[in-house]
Amino acid sequence: MTKTLRALLGATALITLSGVAMAETTITVATVNNGDMVRMQGLMEDFNTKHPDITVEWVTLEENVLRQNVTTDIATGGGQYDVITIGTYEVPIWGKQGWLESLNDLPAEYDVDDLLPAIRGGLTVDGNLMASPFYGESSMVMYRKDMMEAAGLTMPDAPTWADIEKAAAAMTNKDTGVFGVCLRGKAGWGENMAFLTAMSNSFGARWFDEAWAPQFDQPEWKATLEFYLNLMNSYGPPGASNNGFNENLTLFQQGKCGMWIDATVAASFVTGADSTVADKVGFALAPDNGLGKRGNWLWAWSLAVPASSDAKDAAKTFINWATNKDYLALVASKEGWANVPPGTRTSLYSNEEYAKVPFAKMTIDSINSADPTAPTVKPVPYVGVQFVAIPEFQGLGTTVGEIFSAALAGQKTADEALAEAQAAVAEEMKAAGYIQ
Amino acid sequence: MSTHSSRLAARLMVAPSVALLLIWMIVPLAMTLYYSFRFYRLLSPDRTGWVGFNNYLWFMNAPDFWLALFNTLTLVGGVLIITVILGTLIALLIDQPVKGQGLLRILIIAPFFVMPPVAASIWENLFMHPQNGLFSAVSRGFGAQPILFLEDYPMLSVIGIVSWEWLPFATLILLTALQSLSSEQLEAAEMDGASAFSRFRYIILPHMTRAITVVILIQTIFLLGIFGEIYTTTQGGPGSASTTLPYMIFKQAIVAKDIGRAAAGGIIAVILANIVAYFLMRGLGRNLDS
Amino acid sequence: MARAQSPRRRLITTLAAWAVALIIFFPVLWMILTSFKTEASAVAMPPQFLSADWTLENYAEVWARSDYPRFFWNSVVISIGSTLFGLAIAIPSAWAMAFVPGKKTKDLLMWMLSTKMMPAVAVMIPLYLLFQRLGLIDTKFGLVIALMLMNLPIIIWMLYTYFKEIPGEILEASRMDGATLWGEIIYVLTPMALPGIASTMLLNIILAWNEAFWTIVLTTTKAAPLSAFIASFSAPQGLFYAKLSAASAMAILPILILGWFSQKQLVRGLTFGAVK
Repeated sequence: MTKTLRALLGATALITLSGVAMAETTITVATVNNGDMVRMQGLMEDFNTKHPDITVEWVTLEENVLRQNVTTDIATGGGQYDVITIGTYEVPIWGKQGWLESLNDLPAEYDVDDLLPAIRGGLTVDGNLMASPFYGESSMVMYRKDMMEAAGLTMPDAPTWADIEKAAAAMTNKDTGVFGVCLRGKAGWGENMAFLTAMSNSFGARWFDEAWAPQFDQPEWKATLEFYLNLMNSYGPPGASNNGFNENLTLFQQGKCGMWIDATVAASFVTGADSTVADKVGFALAPDNGLGKRGNWLWAWSLAVPASSDAKDAAKTFINWATNKDYLALVASKEGWANVPPGTRTSLYSNEEYAKVPFAKMTIDSINSADPTAPTVKPVPYVGVQFVAIPEFQGLGTTVGEIFSAALAGQKTADEALAEAQAAVAEEMKAAGYIQ
Repeated sequence: MSTHSSRLAARLMVAPSVALLLIWMIVPLAMTLYYSFRFYRLLSPDRTGWVGFNNYLWFMNAPDFWLALFNTLTLVGGVLIITVILGTLIALLIDQPVKGQGLLRILIIAPFFVMPPVAASIWENLFMHPQNGLFSAVSRGFGAQPILFLEDYPMLSVIGIVSWEWLPFATLILLTALQSLSSEQLEAAEMDGASAFSRFRYIILPHMTRAITVVILIQTIFLLGIFGEIYTTTQGGPGSASTTLPYMIFKQAIVAKDIGRAAAGGIIAVILANIVAYFLMRGLGRNLDS
Repeated sequence: MARAQSPRRRLITTLAAWAVALIIFFPVLWMILTSFKTEASAVAMPPQFLSADWTLENYAEVWARSDYPRFFWNSVVISIGSTLFGLAIAIPSAWAMAFVPGKKTKDLLMWMLSTKMMPAVAVMIPLYLLFQRLGLIDTKFGLVIALMLMNLPIIIWMLYTYFKEIPGEILEASRMDGATLWGEIIYVLTPMALPGIASTMLLNIILAWNEAFWTIVLTTTKAAPLSAFIASFSAPQGLFYAKLSAASAMAILPILILGWFSQKQLVRGLTFGAVK
């Protein structure tokens, strides 16, 4: 903070000295408290030097609280924010509603063609770029090389679910508190349902058929859920129905998990300073079942300008600074290549320095293998790999997430859970007018 | 004392607060009532319209509605029982002459200063966590499997956390009630050969009735609306095992962003609160008159 | 009801009382200890006490990452402002209800308390829209109004019970001496009721300080208090127990210190004048 303050004071002095009368603009930037965003706030000195006429006010909140505040503001036309941090789920919906300002007119140095095609596609609505990706992620397998070796196994770069089960069985040792596999179990559309929906794609399952009829009564979902429950009950940690991203990250960092299938951004945490297993982690693509689709997702935390903002130009200036190639270079020079926000630009992955980062290749391969427009084996009427980009999904995903979480806690069988999910989703889709 | 002019003055003095509270109550209530009959989803602004009682029907036919209702009452009842009983015992204990009473009191009321989300997160992460929590370390120390608090006993865990937050409040009210009890009366009873239990039953307890009533009234009002602690710890789960009525409303308003249904849930919650309040006042109201 | 006791019994009660106090306080203590550990040490199993890696790093990082003084100042203004505003409106009302009670006074009091029964989440959008139209979003004034109204019933209730304890004869005597109504309130009543007013004030400052729903919903940057500060440290990616503990300690410490210094008043205040 003092740094920012000093930079600000310096900037003010500069203006006074040069005698230029610049109109001071203040923009309010709302963001999540994830590591990459926190790092950005530490680098504001650079922005303040380059744009002394723009003052940035931060609103940093935990993901769910931020989503709640930003959604309320934007849906009621509040205009409190000039830059908001939203994900690939929100962008298509909000863009269609006309709540976002198009970013087509960012300066040439932004180099829009450098964005990864899969990521850019998810943020484009009717040909207009509606948000600029800050970092992108897919999901992959993170595993303990030392434990695999001790078990006499090797992890293929592109494992199948059968490989995962075999490895989990070999690494689990409940006496020492080591569990073969840690997966999300906490209820929520962005928690267990993100994982399970992505996983179900590799089993050939889908949320809806082409006529929006829910598909939880189909054998593919049954196979998915039964495999998941069996895997977790046999080789997962106790109390897994309350484990989300954070809980599993902590477990893995403490060396209590043999494998963890989750977001690619976690790679920098499990190999980082807080991790007790930093030098023992290997990476592999998310598993498949030989059906042509892998169980990995696609997400990008992105910066967008609400249509209700009254400082759109300053907001775009900020977005250009925070998401162009120079910003990546800035982070690399200050914090090292491993801490550069991943998964947004082609140029980053052709950079030789970045290629030395252990998880770089697996991250880009994972991102490239996800296709939001054709997420699963069969055709679907929706966009989104681990979500369905319709306004109703947050409610639906959470409801189904609770049912599946209860199944993991042993309160329901897989069949009961699927029947309940089918009924709940069918009812809601009827109420929302998708089906009769 | 009740001259005509002083009555008028009194009315005038009560008027601002009544007027403000009336506005504060009526305006949001009217808006909520209005939305409860509307289709209003934040993310689908194009589709609006009257839906009659559909929102209410949806809420009351939701599979977890009755469980949520039951859980709400369990939470209120459970916390009241725990805080009143433990509060009485602790008050009796620290009413004795003990060393360092000032510091002792501060330690006991400390939970009251902790913001509810912080309290919930301390308990969830530092104590109840099956791998990193202190409780699991204790279990393991005894060679036992850690107890899965939030998975196997979600309602009990939430009740425990909320009770911890409200225990200081109950203890202090009850303590002050005790301190105003004259010691002569007790000594006389002791000389008459009354046992410790009968002294408590026939002298102390009647004296504390009013204090207990206040604890129950005020706590009930706060407890009926609790959802933050549930959101932080169990998120209403596993399944809907620890879902309460306010948490159901929270999910509709904030997760599903369905304002119409949340409004209908809000009206149902207000009705429930008034039913509870009615019975409380009938059962306890006379205790307030001294 | 302190009575003479044998030394042995006294020792036992002292030990028991301290044991209970420490158990109740322990979660707060553990949080404070955790805030001085490294993240790895905070989640180590078995839990580390003496062997932990102690550090001030968490506080340094929390301090550097967010503008703590601003959140702190907003909390101070909002909690004190809403309390003073509430007192100004509540004192006359409580006075009137205590000394010129009508048939409906009890009902009126209960009704006031019942305005707190509407679940906050259900009125979130209506109130948000209301505040938005009035231009009160993200203003300290808006939060002062909201929290004042939220706690007004409790302020009135407390003051009412305190005022009730003041014997009516004193008021009548002053009236005989020709004191006006306002003179009566300012010169006679207020001094007598001061302890009650002070404890009401304290309790409401605490309630307002701890409010963590509306303070987040109705603010963004300018008026955001410490509850929003906490929300920026909870559940990020990566290990966060120690940092969250440090942020939590920073949020509750000011109010804990205030409570420490005004403990006696507070104990009175917390009783809601429930007992004479």
